[in-house]
Amino acid sequence: MIPLSWYLIFSTALFCVGLFGVLARKNAIGILMGVELMLNAVNLNLLAFWSYLYAAQMNGLVFVAIVFITASAEVAVGLALIISVYRCRRIVVADEMTELRG
Amino acid sequence: MAVIQIVFILVAVVTIISAGMVVSVRSMVHAALWLVLALLGVAALFALLQVRFFPVVQVLVYIGAIATLIIVAVMLTRQVMQDVGSQLNSNWWLAAFVSVTLFIGMVWALSNWPGMMTTTRAVPPGGEDIVAFGKALTDPAGFVIPFEVASVLLLGALIGAIFLATERKEKQG
Repeated sequence: MIPLSWYLIFSTALFCVGLFGVLARKNAIGILMGVELMLNAVNLNLLAFWSYLYAAQMNGLVFVAIVFITASAEVAVGLALIISVYRCRRIVVADEMTELRG
Repeated sequence: MAVIQIVFILVAVVTIISAGMVVSVRSMVHAALWLVLALLGVAALFALLQVRFFPVVQVLVYIGAIATLIIVAVMLTRQVMQDVGSQLNSNWWLAAFVSVTLFIGMVWALSNWPGMMTTTRAVPPGGEDIVAFGKALTDPAGFVIPFEVASVLLLGALIGAIFLATERKEKQG
């Protein structure tokens, strides 16, 4: 059987790869892709703990479902923001979005 | 080594490699396609956990909706971000340092936890009880309030996305 540690180490690695994408990508859509990877790592972690230790309760599954819903809402609003900024200013690079600097 | 362990290692390696390509490849369309492969790998790992509902949700919601949305957005914003030059900002080495340090620290913290090598599963062999999950979501003593708040959140996101992405010509003149 697969030990729990394999799932935990794998999801940690996936989370760190996503974190690198969020911190290092120039393109705002690339940053959103990194966030997706991080959310997937968190979901895998939650489901692994639920499946190995707490399968009698429904809390873990409900939490994973809420993460799915929040991720889809976040992507919809984030991409709408990026396309809106692109339409006004013709940029998608996060470093150049300096309109609110004051 | 059992067959299921070999399957796990193969899927995990493919997923990590495609996640690395998502954050490092130059063309954004290629990055979005690698993202689809990474999400499919995570769905396969969900299935290996003997969960039956969430691999389907992963394929439907993530690959069917979110990845398609990202590909469309990449194609809409394509011509300004020509795929030349570096796609990483100048502090990428700092980001790599933070990520590697976090990984080492998390693995070290996890290795001190005694439940790390658990191999017995609490989930029954046939998968989760999907009827109990559905009842818990609509039970007033269970999770009906988070469920309703999530549906209001989705409605708000829908209206907000339409409001943000609509072109308002009368204000631009």
